[in-house]
Amino acid sequence: MIIAFIQRAIMQGIPLLFGSTGEIITEKSGNLNLGIPGVMYVGGICGVIGAFLYEQNATAFVPFLAVLIPILCCLLGSFIMGLIYSVLTATLRANQNVTGLALTTFGVGFGNFFGGSLIKIVKSDMPSVVLTKTSNCFKAVLPFAGKLGAVGKLLFSYSFLAYLAVIIALVAAYVFKHTRMGLHLRAVGESPATADAAGINVIRYKYLSTLIGSMIAGLGGLYYVMDYANGVWSNNGFGDRGWLAIALVIFAVWKPDLSILGSFLFGGLFIVHNYIPNLTMSDQEIFKMTPYVVTILVLVFVSLRNRRENQPPASLGLAYFREER
Amino acid sequence: MGASTAIELRNITKVFGSIVANKDVNLSVNRGEILSILGENGSGKTTLMNILSGIYFPDHGQILINGEEVVIRSPKDAFSYGIGMIHQHFKLVDVFSAAENIVLGLHEEKFNIKRSAEKIKAISEQYGFEIDPKKKIHEMSVSEKQTVEIIKVLYRGADILILDEPTAVLTPQETQKLFAVLRRMREDGKSIIIITHKLHEVLSLSDRVSVLRKGEYIGTVNTAETNESELTEMMVGKKISLNIRRDDPVDPQDRLTVNGLTCISRDGVKLLDNVSFTARSGEILGIAGIAGSGQRELLEAIAGLQKLNSGSIVYHNPKTGAEDDLRNKTPMQIRDLGVRLSFVPEDRLGMGLVGNMDIIDNMMLRSYRKGKTVFLERKPPRTLAERIIRDLEVVTPGATTPVRRLSGGNVQKVLVGREIASSPTVLMAAYPVRGLDINSSYLIYNLLNEQKQNGAAVIFVGEALDILIGLCDRIAVLGSGRITGMVDARNTTKEAIGLLMTKHDGGETNHG
Amino acid sequence: MAKTEKHVHEPLIHIVKRIAGMPAWQAWLIRIASVAAALLVCAVVTVLLTGENPLGVYKTMVEGAIGTERRVWNLLQNIAMLLCVSLAVTPAFRMRFWNIGAEGQVLIGGLATASCMLLLGNKLPTPLLFVVMIAASVVAGAVWGLIPAFFKANWNTNETLFTLMMNYIAIQVVSYFSYIWSNPKGSGAIGVINLNSQAGWFPAIGDQKYLLNILIVAVLTVVMYIYLRFSKHGYEIAVVGESENTARYIGINVKKVVIRTMLLSGALCGIAGLLLVSGTDHTINRDTAGGRGFTAIMVSWLAKFNPLYMILTSFILVFLQKGASEISTQFGLNDSFSEIITGIIIFFIIGSEFFINYSVRFRESKKGGQAK
Repeated sequence: MIIAFIQRAIMQGIPLLFGSTGEIITEKSGNLNLGIPGVMYVGGICGVIGAFLYEQNATAFVPFLAVLIPILCCLLGSFIMGLIYSVLTATLRANQNVTGLALTTFGVGFGNFFGGSLIKIVKSDMPSVVLTKTSNCFKAVLPFAGKLGAVGKLLFSYSFLAYLAVIIALVAAYVFKHTRMGLHLRAVGESPATADAAGINVIRYKYLSTLIGSMIAGLGGLYYVMDYANGVWSNNGFGDRGWLAIALVIFAVWKPDLSILGSFLFGGLFIVHNYIPNLTMSDQEIFKMTPYVVTILVLVFVSLRNRRENQPPASLGLAYFREER
Repeated sequence: MGASTAIELRNITKVFGSIVANKDVNLSVNRGEILSILGENGSGKTTLMNILSGIYFPDHGQILINGEEVVIRSPKDAFSYGIGMIHQHFKLVDVFSAAENIVLGLHEEKFNIKRSAEKIKAISEQYGFEIDPKKKIHEMSVSEKQTVEIIKVLYRGADILILDEPTAVLTPQETQKLFAVLRRMREDGKSIIIITHKLHEVLSLSDRVSVLRKGEYIGTVNTAETNESELTEMMVGKKISLNIRRDDPVDPQDRLTVNGLTCISRDGVKLLDNVSFTARSGEILGIAGIAGSGQRELLEAIAGLQKLNSGSIVYHNPKTGAEDDLRNKTPMQIRDLGVRLSFVPEDRLGMGLVGNMDIIDNMMLRSYRKGKTVFLERKPPRTLAERIIRDLEVVTPGATTPVRRLSGGNVQKVLVGREIASSPTVLMAAYPVRGLDINSSYLIYNLLNEQKQNGAAVIFVGEALDILIGLCDRIAVLGSGRITGMVDARNTTKEAIGLLMTKHDGGETNHG
Repeated sequence: MAKTEKHVHEPLIHIVKRIAGMPAWQAWLIRIASVAAALLVCAVVTVLLTGENPLGVYKTMVEGAIGTERRVWNLLQNIAMLLCVSLAVTPAFRMRFWNIGAEGQVLIGGLATASCMLLLGNKLPTPLLFVVMIAASVVAGAVWGLIPAFFKANWNTNETLFTLMMNYIAIQVVSYFSYIWSNPKGSGAIGVINLNSQAGWFPAIGDQKYLLNILIVAVLTVVMYIYLRFSKHGYEIAVVGESENTARYIGINVKKVVIRTMLLSGALCGIAGLLLVSGTDHTINRDTAGGRGFTAIMVSWLAKFNPLYMILTSFILVFLQKGASEISTQFGLNDSFSEIITGIIIFFIIGSEFFINYSVRFRESKKGGQAK
């Protein structure tokens, strides 16, 4: 059962990992994108729409296309969301919090609207869209996973998107630490004026990181639908995972490699109530609180320690305007 | 000289609005030479160097590098000509290491922090810097940060270095180290321009000195052939009669006695070092000194905004005869003691006023607590605002105009007007005429004189020496956080004060 | 060597901050234009989705919002609730304290109310019950606001993220009690509280059950306007928000103001919870706050933190929501259509602020800046 729990926790953690990696990349440039929950919804629904259209219209079902099309749709949708945010905050210097919240309102609405419309089109009895064929393509696992027993189950039983999430997080961590681009990006988030003086194009970096971050976060929505939920889209099914992903950023103190562990931990905390025997329904609700409480504790701890390395990027949430120094 | 001239400026002129920052300035620096640019605040030194480093574009004039005319449009252009500037305010990312800051924005080579660190080490050894490339900026002292800025410039291959008041933030020992490094660079054939107003530094370090005064180029002399008094005269100019009204002190009595104030910054620099003096009622006490010698800390300490390490600030209450120590009290506690203390801070819109609020609401900053109800009384401040607008001839569309829309002189009238409205017993003013035109300046002098007549103890922090001498009764001179002299303004000269300002004091053992 | 052939990049478009500001009428013109543009886009979107002619779409919207008397009352009630939460978050925002935890503060206030109704409902005389309910909701909301404020004031802990997390803790607390007090047992929902005795329900005025809510919020709006504009506290909040340095200079205790203001903000959210539970739903669940905590931020921000303008901005948002949801029912679209519309409108309005605060200048093509 412990193995089942860990496996489940990891699966639960993968969407959070996508979301938090995307948000970390965004925040490194000084953009606090509170629209991530909306972006993840849009990423999910765009993937669903793509898959739906392909399943309906394809004469011959090619698994490769069945995977590729939803992914491209998902990336496109979340790219546009990131673009809206970037245009408003980086170019038009609008307030980041307000823009982010509006983006979430819009994104969640967008997801549920098209989700609801699809549900209507298929005239399903259940309030959901089922894309089993596509989901099966996404869920294809390594053939030998089943033969390796517990180890196989723990390490190799996931779909490729899960591994992609981990790889992206590791790559992001490497880029931040060891490349010029990462250095420049962090400089933009810490002190845009300094970066500007050093000849770095602040606005371009802000756009780039927000767009890439959004696309990565969008994949989290897609993973949730196609893998975790077995290809079933139901409205509001994704829940508050987007906010949890933002919380995870703090937990990981803006380090994508830490957020891998953090997301699995959060995933575990998210479902632990199902694995503790003899819990009443009400106690389960108390357990569901733990990810948020842990986040607050980390937040407070970080501010109490006041270690400079663990602080948010110094210009987080602020618009940059060169002539206003 | 010709062949060895690294950089030459011809007839550079730069105008900001109605203010001429630089007028027909000529300057040349040779290879392997240290040139000092000397001048008072507002003499246009920094503007000139910002033109060289590509931040400003000159309205007129030519820049020649190695004898060829060039156009410098941006800091990048300046870099490509080998010009590197070390600003007074460092541009560094706090959470980055020294090496990361140094390579920031570069593109030439493959990204490899380790190799860069080695290159930094090599540069450090060449010139005698002590720096750990892995150390984070926020863990560094001011002088280490400065070192990073200098290496940053050298790393980019600059051979013309401009340093803007590099010693303003350094201890004497650190200054000596810096000078040693600069001399080594000179031997290496680099050209160094150092902006300063400390005479002894000029004399001990540089080969030649160029002097600016009020934006104009006065001349260049060889350091070996000059002395402090000649330079001072070039810097401050001939005596001009200013005709500022000065009455005799009115029944002077001790009002504020400051004793042994010491204030140490987080970096361990002594911002104030055993400062003692007495301000008397009915008298204007001037505070002279180069910028950043502890003026701000001194006034803020008296106003209850700056924590002190030791010393006392005793207020002699004229009404009760009580003597209260104001040290480490909050502004509210000071007011509750019945001390009518007014303060015109240096940062007018960032501290003295709220830019986005209108004149009436800014009047209320001092008085809003009045009245017994929880509500504001807007009538008295409105009356006050209207009176100030009328009496001080504030140019504004009305009392409900946000103050950030007013011009500098009018902003200052609003601020000073508010501060004297409470008929203070102590009035402190930091650079109250900075950036003001002649008429506004005289208005402010008259207001200060009025307060003196009314028996206030006025403390006036100024920069222009002729004005300090013309307006004040006594002048205390601050140098590196300590009082280097107290003179009678009626019997002194600019040269005397200038020497006190730049005096590196005898008691050097006290520094640490 | 010197690179004389270097390509000089001069930006074609140059952005300048308007120091002198823009005349108020011009600013409003831009805002109105942005709303109009947004409505146009919304109409295009709707037409694309429904194939209906645009005028018909607008007509449906208006009808949906104010078509019948019941709808008008519903609209007013919804405006009142949104406005109430917006009023609550405003003092904190004026202080530049990003309280995005209104959702949680409202829920906790509502939960406190609900618990009073459940536990004391039929035991206390009505006036006393109301006093206890009001006190409980105010205290609960205030405490929820105090916690992040305390950490912000003392250790500068990031309030945006802290208050956000507090929302979810509040939601889980409500879920917990939904099981504890579930009715029928085990359903996980509290159901209508005191259905028969109506103890702790706000009384209907005339036959309008929402009128009391609306009146309370109207009074609160005026009071908040006065508080912010004319009280000493309001002035201190403004000074702290504008410049902490100035606040220190005139002797304001910044910590104290931060904590006091967040107590107020939380307490008002608690009141909003009271109005939602006792005055509207007569029950509580995780969705009682209904996202108003987030929408309120936009309402307050769009209104430049002025309570009187907030009447207008909350009206616009609620009107659009109601109108859009009518479109979705009429044309068989999904409910979430209104959220899309809201999002689009807000994008336009926040984008338009740029043109109010900055001016865009096009640089005429020129050769260098010499001799000019």
